[in-house]
Amino acid sequence: MDVKTPIYMDHNATTPLDSRVLDAMMPYLTEAFGNAASHSHSFGWKAEAAVETAREQIGKIIAAEAKDMVITSGATEANNLAIKGVAEMYAEKGRHIITSAIEHHAVLDPCKYLAQHGYTITFLKPDKFGVVSAEQVAAALTDGTILISIMAANNEIGTLAPVAQIGALAKSKGVLFHSDATQAVGKVHLDVEAMGIDLLSMSAHKLYGPKGVGALYVRRRNPRVKLACQMHGGGHERGMRSGTLNVPGIVGFGKACQIAAEEMTADAARIAALRDRLEKGIMSAVDFVTLNGHPTQRLPNTLNLSFAYVEGEALMLKMRDVAVSTGSACTSASLEPSHVLAGIGVGDDLAHSSLRFSLGKSTTEGEVDYVIAKVVTAVQQLREMSPLYEIATKK
Amino acid sequence: MFFSEKMLDHFEHPRNVGSMDEADLSVGTATITATQCGDVTKLQLRISDDGRIVDTRFKTFGCGAAIASGSLATEWLKGKTVEEALAITNAHIAQELELPPAKVHCSVMTEEAVRDAVNDWKKKNGKL
Ligand code: FES
Repeated sequence: MDVKTPIYMDHNATTPLDSRVLDAMMPYLTEAFGNAASHSHSFGWKAEAAVETAREQIGKIIAAEAKDMVITSGATEANNLAIKGVAEMYAEKGRHIITSAIEHHAVLDPCKYLAQHGYTITFLKPDKFGVVSAEQVAAALTDGTILISIMAANNEIGTLAPVAQIGALAKSKGVLFHSDATQAVGKVHLDVEAMGIDLLSMSAHKLYGPKGVGALYVRRRNPRVKLACQMHGGGHERGMRSGTLNVPGIVGFGKACQIAAEEMTADAARIAALRDRLEKGIMSAVDFVTLNGHPTQRLPNTLNLSFAYVEGEALMLKMRDVAVSTGSACTSASLEPSHVLAGIGVGDDLAHSSLRFSLGKSTTEGEVDYVIAKVVTAVQQLREMSPLYEIATKK
Repeated sequence: MFFSEKMLDHFEHPRNVGSMDEADLSVGTATITATQCGDVTKLQLRISDDGRIVDTRFKTFGCGAAIASGSLATEWLKGKTVEEALAITNAHIAQELELPPAKVHCSVMTEEAVRDAVNDWKKKNGKL
């Protein structure tokens, strides 16, 4: 098979920079180096103009206006700003937040932090596909609920949330709705108006932009959302996030969003077809394989499978020229299996045996076929030496 | 994570993979579940009447370091007396395979397996 190795199938972790993004960024790393907050000379003006163009491009991909976008260092910061910013600002109104058990740690940890500081957090348990329904959210609402935070797409299993329904519910109850859309932006269509989203986190490096830059959408009307800033300083970003702007990063983020807006539909269809080829190829050749996540309501690029009786880290080591990730306890520093898989009811043993394949724009059919062959052999070899497989198959 | 050549060699080409008849009186069997991560290793030793290990087999459900540890142990154990076998510690294994700190615990399973397998053989043969 004629493919170049190593093969990268870990695009949910990060993506390579699109060369067009790099080209757009280059001038702002060199001659156009101005500080966007320097209002007194042309160096500053040029940087500011570039940031404002980028801000428009970034907003557009979620149907928001440039003015709604607060630039951050990434999605972790955006999530922290949204959750802690709302908690602090609306504490008078109430101290209850609803989220789910399978959010990214950048949402779970700020929530746990708040729980230690007088807030009550409800961690909703999703169904076995990873879906938290609007009905579940409705049932958890109290008079003191100030925020609902549900991710648009899960990073490990790719399951898509019914954001529009949750948004409609939040609107009808007058509760703010935040969605961590780090994985969804650039892969599926998002519209903060139509979906009733008040706060939305995003990150550039998940959509072929640079690392170290992200944004938080903050609704300005119906209702106007106010946030307590988490970074005090020069009052940048409408006072919500101080700090000199990362101009080249922001320009790159903007370009990445512009490209995604234009090419996403076609890319998603092509990538989903490759992902399905991978899924079918593996499933038809290996037994005792289960799909983690929703069979259809799922990111087009994500495939999470459990290969019973083999451990995920060993599996990855067997196919070292293919970059994937696992929910196995063996790879985590805490030696605990993935909280997402646990959250959807996957037992420790199958979480141990899970692999996540996340495809991207550069993925080819040849790569997919190569990976199928690799997986099939690796699973076979490891099962031959697995005491659990021996027990399970002994009649 | 960095893995040594030796560790990768044992992982890629594990020695003495397989099973022996558990009912055989000369065979001591151990199945160990790692407390930390839930991985499982099965180790079997065929021991002669005078207490010398003549053959070994293992199977592991676990990470690469756990597999390599099991493989190395089966090599080391062959030809050793039961006493010599019991002197093997996980530190020896971890050192030989140059396991990174985060993976040292994986070799603990192997040390326990040697002890349990020897005990199983002793029990079966009325030597305990
Ligand atoms: S056996 Fe689980 S980390 Fe090595």
